Amino acid sequence: MSLTPAIETTVVQGLPAIDRRRARRRAAWRRRGVVLAFLSPWLVGVTIFFGYPLLMSVYLSFTHFDNLSAPRWIGLANYRYLFSGDQLVGQAVRNSLWLMVFAVPLYVLSAFGIAMLVARVKHGVGFFRTVFYLPALAPPVAATLGFVYILNPATGPINVLLSHLGIQGPLWFQSPAWSKPSLVLLGIWGVGNMFIIFLAAVLDVPKHLYESAELDGTGPLQRLRYVTLPTISPVILFSVVIAVIAAMQYFTQAYVAANIASGQASQAGDVTVNLGFPQGSTLFYPVLLYNDGFRDFSMGYASAMAVMLFIAAFGVTAIILVNSRRWVHYGGAVK
Amino acid sequence: MSTVDVSLTTQASIARRKLPWTVRRRRLLYGIATYSLAIAAALAFLLPFVFIFLTSLMTDKQSLSSHLWPSPFHWSNYIDVFRAAPLLRWTANTLVYCGLATLGLLLSSVPVAYALARLRWRGRQIAFLIVLATMMLPQQVTVVPLYVMWSKIGLVGTLWPVILVTWFGDAFSIFLLRQFFLTIPQEYIDAARVDGCGEFRILTTVVLRLAKPAIAAVTLFSVLYCFNDYFLPLLYVGQGNINTWPVSIGLSQFRNLHQVQWNLTMAATLLVMLPVIVIFFLAQKVFVEGITLTGVKG
Repeated sequence: MSLTPAIETTVVQGLPAIDRRRARRRAAWRRRGVVLAFLSPWLVGVTIFFGYPLLMSVYLSFTHFDNLSAPRWIGLANYRYLFSGDQLVGQAVRNSLWLMVFAVPLYVLSAFGIAMLVARVKHGVGFFRTVFYLPALAPPVAATLGFVYILNPATGPINVLLSHLGIQGPLWFQSPAWSKPSLVLLGIWGVGNMFIIFLAAVLDVPKHLYESAELDGTGPLQRLRYVTLPTISPVILFSVVIAVIAAMQYFTQAYVAANIASGQASQAGDVTVNLGFPQGSTLFYPVLLYNDGFRDFSMGYASAMAVMLFIAAFGVTAIILVNSRRWVHYGGAVK
Repeated sequence: MSTVDVSLTTQASIARRKLPWTVRRRRLLYGIATYSLAIAAALAFLLPFVFIFLTSLMTDKQSLSSHLWPSPFHWSNYIDVFRAAPLLRWTANTLVYCGLATLGLLLSSVPVAYALARLRWRGRQIAFLIVLATMMLPQQVTVVPLYVMWSKIGLVGTLWPVILVTWFGDAFSIFLLRQFFLTIPQEYIDAARVDGCGEFRILTTVVLRLAKPAIAAVTLFSVLYCFNDYFLPLLYVGQGNINTWPVSIGLSQFRNLHQVQWNLTMAATLLVMLPVIVIFFLAQKVFVEGITLTGVKG
């Protein structure tokens, strides 16, 4: 793409063929100018806020850097520590993987389940749609605060209700075994966006497919397996990709929950006490990256973590997309 | 809900034939089961809101007891909460952030989306792939060099880093607008071209007028995103002056500020949820259309 400003040419009188060619060339230049003008803000943005920091992250990952003195080249030392010395990274990676392996399928299943339920309801669809979507709108910080209070082990409403039923409630955000499931509960509560997408997809499945399947003598489960799921498979793929990428960036809820649940009277400055509270069980990869880079100011090391995150995000998305060719059906029944 | 109405009428016409009692009984039981499940799930989804609301009306002591119902109703919590923390100041910061970011985002993203959807040029496919890649990339990947850059310019400690980024095109908005621009019939654009309109005129007069739902959705998503944004504001103003915080940071530090009680914390929580919920009820259609646009056609 060669883009230079339009060159003004003087029109030569009496030479129609050349004249036309020049006019055409000039129009082509003008078109390129228009495209360039439309793209210019984004071209600048993608260079400064995407290309440059991406390359810079790679460079910084080979250095020791604290944002006070100039970066000092230390070769592969950051990566060596990341892969063999740092136990926190191991814990953070395990926690983030847990999220991808257990939480993401649960989110997709619950969104799909609720969508199937609402699709079947004949009266009050609007009401149910609103109720299931609304929590997704609750700002993450507010929702997390609410859940930490509601799931407060001693006097929180949920454990009070459970004790009325004779059940001793778990310690939720205070217990290393229950802190991640508590975060998953919070996630399921906010699954509304995915639910709306699934609901639209489920209602879009052509009725005649169900009717012909019924004529073939299939039961409800078979119709789900052979009609609904294949027809909405592109939407499932979309949701899985979005949820996996969200799991990789998972920060706000984990960070806020750890801070509040630990109950430390901490100013925004001092978080090391409650890093991944309790016992590192909510220490996800982005939380550790934030802590190493912007609390400890080991920015070279945080860059190495960022480079690994980039590779992982790229790799996981690629694996899902390649793998999806076996189970996603485009076209055909969908429009 | 046109789709549902259609299914209702077709089923009604089928049901006009008298069905055998066993089939009807099975359908009835099936319907009861569906509704019980749906109502149970709906109650579970509403319960957190109810508890947050009830707690926000309790006295300090009650909120730490196992009482679920406030007695007496302590409505003054909603006044005290403004004394406990500079909520109004935080709200003003958030409004400035949302307003400037959304305006810049629209001005910069609309032309890019138009060029990607409606102009022909070499490299268009690659450019679109780059948009998708930037949309998918976890923001932690680029955060260190960006922080260093903003600290060199001296803008760490303000919200400008998070605002200025959106003035240079936002990947998600570009993607959503492009998807919508693709659905505009070519005849409208051709007609304008025949009338001698330049691309800029076509964009501002024809395309924008037809793309109002998409513009509305992008505006809404941007405002919500800014309102909820936590990671980047934490990075740039989290350790700074309390008066520079947006609502999201303020709320997360609310309890830590003066060991504030749970009742006031829940009142603040509800106040932060409220604007979003009000916007939702005012613009429900925009929401649902926007989300479906990203999902079904993605």
